[in-house]
Amino acid sequence: MKNKIVCYFSAAQSEQPIIYRLVKNYDLIVNILKADINPLKQGYLVMELEGDKDKYKQGLEFLKSLGVIVEPLSEKVVWHDELCIQCGACASFCPTEALAIDRETMIISFEDSKCVLCGMCLECCPTRAIILHFDVREAV
Amino acid sequence: MAQQKTYEEINEKIRRGEAVVVTAEEVIQVVEEKGIKAAAQEIDVVTTGTFGPMCSSGAFINFGHSKPRIKMKKVWLNGVEAYTGIAAVDAYIGAGQLPETDPENKVFPGRFSYGGGHVIHDLLDGKEVRLEAEGYGTDCYPNKRVDTIITLNDVNDAFMFNPRNAYQNYNCAVNLGDKTIYTYMGILKPNLGNASYSTAGQLSPLLNDPYYKTIGIGTRIFLGGGIGYVAWNGTQHHPNVLRGDNGVPKVSAGTLAVIGDLKQMDANWIVGLSYIGYGATMAVGIGIPIPILNEEILMYTAVKDEDLYCPVVDYKEGYPYSKPIDLGFVCVADLKKGKVIIEGKEVKTTPQSSYPRARIIAATLKSWIKQGRFELTSPVAPLPGAEADIEFKSIPERNAGGILLNGNRRGK
Repeated sequence: MKNKIVCYFSAAQSEQPIIYRLVKNYDLIVNILKADINPLKQGYLVMELEGDKDKYKQGLEFLKSLGVIVEPLSEKVVWHDELCIQCGACASFCPTEALAIDRETMIISFEDSKCVLCGMCLECCPTRAIILHFDVREAV
Repeated sequence: MAQQKTYEEINEKIRRGEAVVVTAEEVIQVVEEKGIKAAAQEIDVVTTGTFGPMCSSGAFINFGHSKPRIKMKKVWLNGVEAYTGIAAVDAYIGAGQLPETDPENKVFPGRFSYGGGHVIHDLLDGKEVRLEAEGYGTDCYPNKRVDTIITLNDVNDAFMFNPRNAYQNYNCAVNLGDKTIYTYMGILKPNLGNASYSTAGQLSPLLNDPYYKTIGIGTRIFLGGGIGYVAWNGTQHHPNVLRGDNGVPKVSAGTLAVIGDLKQMDANWIVGLSYIGYGATMAVGIGIPIPILNEEILMYTAVKDEDLYCPVVDYKEGYPYSKPIDLGFVCVADLKKGKVIIEGKEVKTTPQSSYPRARIIAATLKSWIKQGRFELTSPVAPLPGAEADIEFKSIPERNAGGILLNGNRRGK
């Protein structure tokens, strides 16, 4: 199975080779998408975990046993309209018309609820006004 | 005999606040309602606009002298090299230049997050920019290194000079190959997956004056949120091409070289762009007023998207290898609606030029003229016209072996 998760960890936990153990002991494929550790050494890790179903569960249990808080990742595409120059290039790449052009005005709009996070728009935006935002709370 | 107006008569009305100004979009309806004759008497100026990627752009900057003075041999702004093979502290920063540390396409497709266009935008935005320069040291310019922080206010002069802007018509780009390609026209999906176009259509300056009857050298324009001028015909200006019955070129034709003081421009209208897999460039906002001197000039400005066509060009083989692959033409009105038919297939369209921004530029220029802040100029010289005999050249392929320097002539 494969999932994107967010791990929140304390200073003591950040000292430990957690990822190494996940790979070595549970045979999991780890893809770190984003990580942030503050000066107090608290932080979070956004990663994609992939592996055998049982091993995956054991891996998560291992994380929890260390006191690491594990939550499913909530990510979203954010459209910064102040950076957008309204070229409209993104709309033809959006499979769900979450990014759509009003053909009268040629103005682009983004409807969050229609977005399926495919990420096609991220590459084609020349002003990089569209970003993938990982929704993580303040580190614990 | 149709009535003629002069530039001076129109400017007189602008000064009195009585000029009738409409945008190149609005003029279409006025002409439809009132007819050419009545509309030509009523309307004094039609304003156009375009806002899209224009790679052949950049700015000349004079940094002022360091203490002690330096003759710059190399200069960088935020790590992006500017050309300084001119006087000591003069340089030209080009929109497409990349930092030397940019990974380019080593991991394909590259991101090209920052380039010369972004530097110019940051300067306009009032941001601090790192200035690094190296010299070899001379008696008159002993300094060999400068490393400091500057803003646009700190430099003596900064003027934009764009060798090729406002292309009169442009290709509609497609991909006939079986893999996605990354181009200056954006991402092109395989097997005619999308069709990318870049034109302001009925608002585009040179599509509203197809024979350059009013736009010429010296024409005052909206450039990057400030005032600029047409300096020359742009590079690759090629007016003698296939034209429709309405006189509008059906392929890319005329271009403009434009100039203007960067210090009075606005970051909103000069924006750095990143084209994945291709490089960095810059969106430039240009608006050009067209004086309605007579009915013929008005007729040209009444052109509609329905009357405008772009050639469809394959960017897998056709463009890169200059292979003549005839894919016909598509209508700008259809491109804007989102779907066109190419080779019998319905293809989604991808715009690269911002129509909403083009519309704002035309409206802004209209308000400047109505407020008496912007008067029209008669060109000091015309651009080469449709009757010109300009040949579109390629780099010759010759054997460079055995050529000696210092003026030794190559044998036949």
